Amino acid sequence: MAEQPILQVRDMKKHFNVGGGRILKAVDSFSIDIARGETFGLVGESGCGKSTAGRTIIRLYNATSGQVLFNGEDIHKLSGKKLKQFNRNMQMVYQDPYASLNPRMTVGNIIAEGIDIHGLYTGAKRRARVMQLLSDVGLNEEHANRFPHEFSGGQRQRIGIARALAIEPQFIIADEPISALDVSVQAQVVNLFKKLQKDHGLTYLFIAHDLAMVKHISDRIGVMYLGNLVEVTSSQDLYAKPLHPYTESLLSAIPIPDPEIERRRERIILEGEVPSPLNPPSGCPFRTRCPKAMPECAAAKPVLKEVEPGHHVACHLY
Amino acid sequence: MSDTILSVKDLKVSFDTYAGEVQAVRGVSFDLKKGEVLAIVGESGCGKSVTAQTIMRLTPTPPSRIKSGSILFDGDIEITKLSDRQMEHIRGSEMGMIFQDPMTSLNPTMTVGKQITEGLRKHQRITGDAANKRALELLNLVGISNPESRILQYPHELSGGMRQRVMIAISLACNPKLLIADEPTTALDVTIQAQIIDLMKKLSEQTQASIIIITHDLGVVAEMAQRVIVMYAGKVVEQGTVDEVFYNPQHPYTWGLLRSIPRLDEMGGGDLVPIPGTPPDLFAPPKGCAFAARCPYAMQVCLEEDPDHTKLTADHSAACWLLHPDAPKVERPVEAGGRKHG
Repeated sequence: MAEQPILQVRDMKKHFNVGGGRILKAVDSFSIDIARGETFGLVGESGCGKSTAGRTIIRLYNATSGQVLFNGEDIHKLSGKKLKQFNRNMQMVYQDPYASLNPRMTVGNIIAEGIDIHGLYTGAKRRARVMQLLSDVGLNEEHANRFPHEFSGGQRQRIGIARALAIEPQFIIADEPISALDVSVQAQVVNLFKKLQKDHGLTYLFIAHDLAMVKHISDRIGVMYLGNLVEVTSSQDLYAKPLHPYTESLLSAIPIPDPEIERRRERIILEGEVPSPLNPPSGCPFRTRCPKAMPECAAAKPVLKEVEPGHHVACHLY
Repeated sequence: MSDTILSVKDLKVSFDTYAGEVQAVRGVSFDLKKGEVLAIVGESGCGKSVTAQTIMRLTPTPPSRIKSGSILFDGDIEITKLSDRQMEHIRGSEMGMIFQDPMTSLNPTMTVGKQITEGLRKHQRITGDAANKRALELLNLVGISNPESRILQYPHELSGGMRQRVMIAISLACNPKLLIADEPTTALDVTIQAQIIDLMKKLSEQTQASIIIITHDLGVVAEMAQRVIVMYAGKVVEQGTVDEVFYNPQHPYTWGLLRSIPRLDEMGGGDLVPIPGTPPDLFAPPKGCAFAARCPYAMQVCLEEDPDHTKLTADHSAACWLLHPDAPKVERPVEAGGRKHG
């Protein structure tokens, strides 16, 4: 029997009531399995629900419906001690390294906050653990007594990563962890993520809009559009043979840093913009911009199905 | 008549702050030809935006100060010597600017139509009706449907991509000879970015305006520009045609930039090679080459003296001691440039 996936998300929905009887369906159909030790990339444009999906998985939001199973246990049913235990196992790294660190706390205390909450170490052991974490993320011991404003963006992101690692989680959700950083620093942080995964056997859910970077770091990728997962496959397959028309146009929109290729390339330029999630189109959410839309696309919403081994797509063409 | 629209020579711009002088631009020189698309790339704080804003004289004095250098526009107009009033006349009519964030750069209290016609009414003696007609034409040109109803709307009623189209319409209103676009697509999603780049490419062919595009995205450079300038710590470290800089880069900083980004079309993909460390503090720039502290090939001379530009072809030059005839030969890393196909 195959090993049980570390995370199984079953038809998760997250709807927000925005008043006036209107419902914003931020995440409307979302099912994934993530295997232990895997990096799963989640991509999509702003407002597609990728961050909400991440936050609902870690239970910063309660799901409207559906299940999130972590090691086989539904985390949206946990409470008390069991919830605290789960919180130890899943941690988050945020996008903005300026806003996500408390400016009044020293770096040492920021990193050790989780250790204190979970009562893991005290005194000299706590100190030793903080030093270990600092060196794991490429900072040094003297940094522990400084405050966040003394650090550059890349260094702050390292502090955020050390904080997430402090309580030895199995699973880390990284929500746009590099988008606020300069290109040369992005590579430093991405390489750090990869090294930590190897050293600590971590599983990642890596949320970003930069498809080239997501493809670089991920084993598998899920593409979201307007609250729905429209395609899931290995990162090599996604580039080599995208099936969903949205994935195709997304890939074609990304410029490649190679002038000769750019001169030869034919672009699929999507018309219009993403519809409002308050008033999504009937049937397939992408049909209003889809170059291949058919009459049935307006009638029924396509479900995510496996059309080739390991390659899932939600589209009436398949 | 020369075919150069803009000629920047040894431009130095500093900001006087309470903590001292920040040398944001430390000697930048380049020419821009008529109808050309030139990209300036570099990381935050490298001086690319300050260079562009100084060309349009948009940085207020104080705190900013043009220490030296000249900016020659359209043959004989010396931008650095113009009075504010003279500059006001050129800005908007001869030069247009597209900013990064279309939400904060449009006026939230004015309709789109009013904002487009504002420049027309100021710079060209035309009637209100003629200005409105031109506004409708411009909105059509930048691909906004239903321009008749759009000109009555306010910026908050438009999406980000739409707002950027309005910005482009405003900057084109008086048929400028030079268009400066500072990170025009950074705030937009990729599918919208593709629409805007496509639009800018079409417009540069149609209007024959010269464009300077400032970006940190090397993909956008490859797609749009004919020539590229790489800036680091307030200086130009390498410049050339896109083919020269992408396929035959000579400066280790350019190598570093090209190696630190993943490519969508690469298969397998090894580790990215980051540039270690961070850029220098421009309060006290280093004595020698500003990149020496992060450069794996740095020699003694790099720490002591700043290298001059070595000319490699008519367009291509780089400022690096490795190009000196007496320097040891260094093999360029394979990931940095070179043709992958054909």
